[in-house]
Amino acid sequence: MIPAPFEYVRASSVEEALAALAEHGEDAKLIAGGHSLLPIMKLRLAVPSVLVDISGIRELSYVRVDGDGADAVVAIGALTRHHELETSDVARAEVGLLPHVAGRVGDPQVRHRGTLGGTVAHCDPASDLPTALLALGGDVVLAGPGGRRTVPVTEFFLGFFETAMDDGEMIVELRVPRLGDAGWGYEKFTRRENDWPIVAAAAVAGRDGGAARVALANMAGTVLRATATEQALAGGASIAEAAALAAEGTSPTSDMHADAEYRSHLARLLTRRALETATTPISVAA
Amino acid sequence: MHVTITVNGRQRTEDVEPRLLLAHFLRDVCGLTATNIGCDSTSCGACTVIVDGLTVKSCTVLAVQSEGAQVTTCEGLAAPDGTLHPVQEAFRTEHGLQCGFCTPGMVMASIGVLADNPDPTDREVREGLEGNLCRCTGYHNIVRAVRTAAQAGPSAGRVPQTQEVHS
Repeated sequence: MIPAPFEYVRASSVEEALAALAEHGEDAKLIAGGHSLLPIMKLRLAVPSVLVDISGIRELSYVRVDGDGADAVVAIGALTRHHELETSDVARAEVGLLPHVAGRVGDPQVRHRGTLGGTVAHCDPASDLPTALLALGGDVVLAGPGGRRTVPVTEFFLGFFETAMDDGEMIVELRVPRLGDAGWGYEKFTRRENDWPIVAAAAVAGRDGGAARVALANMAGTVLRATATEQALAGGASIAEAAALAAEGTSPTSDMHADAEYRSHLARLLTRRALETATTPISVAA
Repeated sequence: MHVTITVNGRQRTEDVEPRLLLAHFLRDVCGLTATNIGCDSTSCGACTVIVDGLTVKSCTVLAVQSEGAQVTTCEGLAAPDGTLHPVQEAFRTEHGLQCGFCTPGMVMASIGVLADNPDPTDREVREGLEGNLCRCTGYHNIVRAVRTAAQAGPSAGRVPQTQEVHS
């Protein structure tokens, strides 16, 4: 399978990429690792007339603690590859959920190419890393013709392959709160290890179960928070009671992998397991 | 557009269409047909090559995205005198292949596994090769071959970088 013809522009800086997007308008697409875009271009589901290659902007590949004290966050460059995130000592120490989930994406070859910014921009409802980011919280930093702006991850994933990013903008950084003493869990159900999740649940919680956040993959047109579960936990419900509400407010589809009813069952089951892991005194990350 | 890629130690500058995939560049432009295209959808791993030290599936990389890169294919592994790379030798001695179609990708992915982990367990080999499918289901001997190759030491996880292509 061969993509339709396109013009190729190699950007060596954020400024060059933004200039190319401004010049070519909505016919242009950014390409980084290309492991979401190239497959759909080969199927001719996407036919951009211009590809702006940002994969060479290596200064957008980093994982570092930014700031001091309680305000410090983990800043991750948009072009950080899954393999780099998976093996980052800073990420493992500060936001263990994220490198763990990065290591569950695809297979080693895929993780050598795919980027965090790419998977966030692509916004697939079954995507692992957006689910983890939604549970962790934090911000997406966008660069555009008018400068930079920050969008909370809770307001970024709007719908089916739809984000809060405007035409002409690109993701430059993800800013993730440090986990500190909070625990985490990630439960992904697949038929084959390297597949997309049929359903996945990511949980972040205090060791006492307080201030818990749960995000679900593949339970709606986009990744979403299990708000009924979160509210129940905040109101003093047990993990079992709260997890039983995980499918409320979701709209899962039925396909060859699972019907909607089974997906709802998985959401409840995986949420319970992820919360149990997150609140277990011995962290998976330890 | 022009692209310059070092393939198996030999620098090549070619005029290619931007939409040309790296797998097709290697097979059709360079004439290096060890790199097989199986699923053509990033699943089977038959097209695995090593780009700047990391395994990638060349059916999902544009040739123009590999500008300036060092690419190693299965043809680039053996020494000029024909001495096989330790992983190639181990696939031979352990019979780590049946029909052979997945083998070049398996060999390249196995080098990547050994680069990260010079002495993997069976389970670690299987996890490391999760992106490569053998439709003959010959996995037992493939795992055995990777573990045998590990006994050769660190060279099993390396690729020759400055070697002329020989055919």
